[in-house]
Amino acid sequence: MATALEIKKRSDIRRSGRIKYYLRKPHVVISLVLLVLLLFVVIVPFAKMVKDSFVWQLADVRLSRGAHPGEFTFFHWIRVFAGPLTKNILTRPLGNSITTSLGVSVMAMLIGSLLSWLVARTDLPFKKVIASVAVLPYVIPSYIHALAWLTLFKNDRIGGAAGVFQYLTGINPPDWLSYGYIPIVVTLSLHYFPFTFLLVSAALASIDSSLEESGEILGASRTYILRRITFPLVLPALLSSFILTFSRVLGTFGTPYFLGAPVRYYTLSTQIYSNIINRIPSVGYILAFVLITISATVIFINQRLIGKSKSFVTIGGKGFRIKDTPLGSLRYPLLSIVALIFCAAVLLPFVLILWQTFTLYPDDYSFKKLTLLFWIGEANTAFAEGEAGVLRNPAIIGAVWNSILLALTSSLLAGILGIFIGYAVVRGRQTRLAFAVEQLSFLPYLVPGIAFGALYLALFSHRIGPLPALYGTFFLVILVCVAKNLPFSSRAGITSMLQIGNELEEAAETLGARWSMRFRKIILRLSLRGTVSGFILVFITVMRELSLIILLVTPETRTLTTMTFRYQEQGYTQFSSAISVLIILIVICGEALSKKLENRTPGKR
Amino acid sequence: MADPFIEVKNLTKVFGNVVAVDNVSFTIAEKDFLVLLGPSGCGKTTILRMIAGLETPTQGEIYLKGRPVYSDAKGIFIPAREREVGLVFQSYALWPHMTVFENIAFGLKVKRMNAPAIEAKINAILTYIQLDGMRNRYPQEMSGGQQQRVALARMLVSQPDIFLMDEPLSNLDAKLRIEMRAEIKNIHVQTDATTVYVTHDQVEGQTLASHIAIINRGILEQLATPKTIYRRPANLFVADFIGSPAINRIEGRTGMNADRVLVKAGTLNATTNYKDIPPDQDIIAAIRPENITIVPEAGFNTVPGTVRTVLPSGSETVLRVHHRKMVFSILVTREVNLSPGQEIYMYLPPEHILVFARDSGLLFPLPE
Repeated sequence: MATALEIKKRSDIRRSGRIKYYLRKPHVVISLVLLVLLLFVVIVPFAKMVKDSFVWQLADVRLSRGAHPGEFTFFHWIRVFAGPLTKNILTRPLGNSITTSLGVSVMAMLIGSLLSWLVARTDLPFKKVIASVAVLPYVIPSYIHALAWLTLFKNDRIGGAAGVFQYLTGINPPDWLSYGYIPIVVTLSLHYFPFTFLLVSAALASIDSSLEESGEILGASRTYILRRITFPLVLPALLSSFILTFSRVLGTFGTPYFLGAPVRYYTLSTQIYSNIINRIPSVGYILAFVLITISATVIFINQRLIGKSKSFVTIGGKGFRIKDTPLGSLRYPLLSIVALIFCAAVLLPFVLILWQTFTLYPDDYSFKKLTLLFWIGEANTAFAEGEAGVLRNPAIIGAVWNSILLALTSSLLAGILGIFIGYAVVRGRQTRLAFAVEQLSFLPYLVPGIAFGALYLALFSHRIGPLPALYGTFFLVILVCVAKNLPFSSRAGITSMLQIGNELEEAAETLGARWSMRFRKIILRLSLRGTVSGFILVFITVMRELSLIILLVTPETRTLTTMTFRYQEQGYTQFSSAISVLIILIVICGEALSKKLENRTPGKR
Repeated sequence: MADPFIEVKNLTKVFGNVVAVDNVSFTIAEKDFLVLLGPSGCGKTTILRMIAGLETPTQGEIYLKGRPVYSDAKGIFIPAREREVGLVFQSYALWPHMTVFENIAFGLKVKRMNAPAIEAKINAILTYIQLDGMRNRYPQEMSGGQQQRVALARMLVSQPDIFLMDEPLSNLDAKLRIEMRAEIKNIHVQTDATTVYVTHDQVEGQTLASHIAIINRGILEQLATPKTIYRRPANLFVADFIGSPAINRIEGRTGMNADRVLVKAGTLNATTNYKDIPPDQDIIAAIRPENITIVPEAGFNTVPGTVRTVLPSGSETVLRVHHRKMVFSILVTREVNLSPGQEIYMYLPPEHILVFARDSGLLFPLPE
């Protein structure tokens, strides 16, 4: 009997004939096309960014006399890592990034895990409502909480109007309460805790409560059980949520900018933005490189941890039941804590922002002065430099359409690409080509939003060969949104393709159907069913996206999020708040739609 | 033998480091019903899929109706859709988003048949498979047996010359399986299509096949008619695999008595019909449970034994009888009045004793 290796060697001799029918397999052709595409949208921008950081840029002439645009230099790297400005450019922002990310991760983990335990394991009232409301803070754009915070705690020392707190109490809030570390950590924690909530809930749901009961039978106290049995079992999920929250906060741009920039409190992400805006792109690129390195390392560590602890989480297996722990006299105190969290995370921000949109002057919150001017007012030179109210302002209505168009086309393109990637990966199982496609489509996950935007800026601000410079085009904004969301849509595509299985396509093949027909009539039809909620997820993500596109939009291609940003920057808080309200409404509609579709998902007999 | 309708030459398939199919060659004549039979994971499905064109072989050649559809030496690979074979899957592979009608019509639409012709053909086939009222149902709204019929209809309606079936009955319950077995045999008789059928169920294989190929660990152990496979298994694996309860094995050595070969194992001495196996060879003799008869007293070729268990099952009874350290299974098709502990004699008819070489496991050629 010949060994596998010997047979392979023998057949290698006939390789040339082999390649011919290898290329006739549709999934191979698709994989090759995808590979080229993915190289172009993922690897090439990265390479170009690194390369640009070693080359004198035109704008560098301002910074150094020795600058020869186009030539090789270590100037930028030295400036970032070993220059007199290192402390301001790198060290301090890096420190701020890490301390804020750590703070948010810890707080989000505390809130999220407390909530998930209460919902999954206790007899707390209104659990179903709590579970569905708990995801809301995460659905709305992260900077909404920052805007709401400013509306509440702004002081008039930094410039601009004072907030509700000062209006009501007459006390001028200190800077540490208005801006900087504490506001950033609090607002981002309120945004990110649903992430922990979802992960830990899933882990708790998979643990057999008889594991806890057996502890109870042995006479252990409730806290002892929680500490020694439940906690170790959900530890992997907790760690995972901690790490992922950490890496997400690292890449967040909006909140640290709104709450940090006014007091010159910079993080890596806002520092990248400022450097690129101030035309020192190479420094921005190097900082983006640092950010990517940290984020990728952190996610890599997470993958390793998950890989190790997988067997740990699925302990329960089938046929277990979950018993609610009675809370006793703590029931209502805990319920009010939960209510308080939701007030701070959902209700209060929304009310504050909505209120702000009705104020005539940004610092006058009295009932008498409320107005609909900023919603439906006509252009009037007395206010906001003559800008018309949101609902009749052509620039804003244009941005609404831009946003919707962007979210629709990106989610559609990402979804379709996801289906193709899923097809190539699942059909090519265990081939190196399919593996490469799968890995490449995952890479954008490692790159924080702002850094991803920087990558695309680096690559597309000049013409590439026959391709004109894409900077300033709507196409580029779509491209970056599609690329950044590929990890999610390709996951969805792979999952739905695994559910479809090979045989449904093979049955059509043996009946004589060409690939195009098999794909149209069978694969596409079946996978569309499975990926609708994936489409909506990408739609929502793009709808609230700021970090990713802030470096790439121009006045012609502006979206709702970037307009919020501009108005807020210029102090027109009523406008930025009103646009935020629009975004929240659109996003919540999308979320509700996806819930509805999820419940209707076919497949169960 | 007529021109081979399907010919497989030196077919080999390697997955990673596993040789799934190892140098398999066979031919099938027109109208034959070949069953590929073997334990799960033996490579039989892979062979079928390579014939269908869904799997690319690592080496070898495949000819369908004299036409090469795969040859690594000549660089030929005809894709599945151009091979004109029909395939029924174990999972049925019915498209869940299409009705019964649309499922069956798919192959005809691919052939660009016009609508009235499709309508007529499908009406005919729905009547044939007794699913007249079901044309607008979706597969998930039907029972397993009905889905199976739709899958068969979808293949039949395109009228391929070659039917390939991959364990089509394994997802059905026992009663339905026997019904559908008859149905498939009936279809074969009516259509005369050359069929390759994969199963791990030896009874299914024996009832359907005109020829059986026994596959084990990617190797073709034997290809013959069901009768030959049963009576003259080429080696110990085939002998063991076919038949239930399993064949009785006697490990021993050969001896000679007059011109007949003897099987000697301890105190057991049995005469066989063999004439030319050298004495003092390590061998394994084998005899099917139904070929042993129970006799009241010692005589020619009898072995004494003690009844250990009696397992009646309606029309037949399986006995477990111990002789020293050996255990014999005996299948009796009439009622027996035996109880555990009883002493009996087993008669081993010489013509039913098969002798295999112990080292190679191969059957010594039987005298005709």
